[in-house]
Amino acid sequence: MRWLAEVHVALRGGIADPEGQTIGSALRSLGYDSVSEVRSGKLMRISFEADDHAAAEATVAEMCGRLLANPVMETASWEIRSDEQIGERAALL
Amino acid sequence: MTLTARRPRVTVAVFPGTWSERDFAHVADAVLGWEARLVWHTETDLGAPDAVVLPGGFAHGDHLRTGAIARFSPIMAAVTAFADRGGPVLGICNGFQVLLEAGLLPGAMVRNDRVKFVSKIVPVRVDQTDTPFTVACASKQVLHLPIAHGEGNYYAPADELAALEANRQVIFRYTNAAGEVGSEWNPNGSLNSIAGICNRERNVVGLMPHPERASELALGSADGRVVLASAVRSVMDGVRLHA
Repeated sequence: MRWLAEVHVALRGGIADPEGQTIGSALRSLGYDSVSEVRSGKLMRISFEADDHAAAEATVAEMCGRLLANPVMETASWEIRSDEQIGERAALL
Repeated sequence: MTLTARRPRVTVAVFPGTWSERDFAHVADAVLGWEARLVWHTETDLGAPDAVVLPGGFAHGDHLRTGAIARFSPIMAAVTAFADRGGPVLGICNGFQVLLEAGLLPGAMVRNDRVKFVSKIVPVRVDQTDTPFTVACASKQVLHLPIAHGEGNYYAPADELAALEANRQVIFRYTNAAGEVGSEWNPNGSLNSIAGICNRERNVVGLMPHPERASELALGSADGRVVLASAVRSVMDGVRLHA
C-alpha cells in the first residue's frame, strides 16, 4: 500500500532561529506590526510503501530518529495518509 | 620502540563536497613532514594511520543538516572503530559537524546567531592541553585562526553543557587577543564561546577554526601549526591511547 508522509522538522523552543527572526523582521517592515514571532522549519513529503497504517507510522518514526531530525536541537512531527485518503489531492502535490 | 624512524601517517577522509582535504594534506606533507593519505568516503579501510582527520567543506552539500548524510558514509564505520580504539581523530569545521552528527562528540551545530556566513581570522584560546591535538600548545595560549562557516553556533542542552565544562571537554574558546571571553568576541553565538570540544576519552577533538589554513606565515598566521604539530608530538611521545 502506498503512503504519503508529511514530516515537519523544527528547532526546539529556546534555540535561536535566525531565519525565523529575519522573516519576522521582514514581515514587520511590510507593516505587519502584530507579528511577534516567526519560527522556520522544514517540510518533507515522503512517498513510500507499507503494509498498513501502523507499519507506515513505525517507518516514519524510525526515519525521523535515524536521519530526518537531530533530537539534540530539533523536533519532528508528521501526518500520514494512504493514497486512497489523499485522493485527488495527490495530483496537486 | 621509536617512531622517529618513520613519518607519522594521517588519513584524511574525503566526502562529496569536502573542500579542505588538499589544504590539510599540503600542510601535513610539506610543512609537518607527515605522510597524508586521502581516502574516499565509500572506502571502508583507513590504512594504518596514527591519526584520522575529517576536513572542512560541505559534505553531501550540507543538505538536511550539516554532517547529517556524511555520518552514514561507509568510511564512518572505520572512523568510529578507530576512535573507539582510542585513535586520535580531528574534525575541522564541517568535519566537526560530522563528528557531532555521528555521535562521536556531544551536542549539535545550529546556524550562526547573526545569519551571516563568517569568514575571518579570529583569536581562539586553547583551554585544555591534554588532548592529542593540543599537547604542544601552552595552556591558555591564544591562536589566531581562520573561521569560515554559516553553522558554527555550538549548542548542547544545559545538562550536557554543564557536563562538558565539568569534564574539561571544552578545548578551544573564542576570545579577544588577550584571551578574554565575551559576547563581543563570539563570532557565531556559540554557547560558552565554544570553538572546539573533545569526547570524554579526549582522543576525539572537533573545532570550527581551520588550523591547516594558518600553518604558514605567508597565509597571515602560522598559529595553526601548533595544533597539527601536537598530533605529531603525541604520536612521538606515545601519548596516543591506542596501542
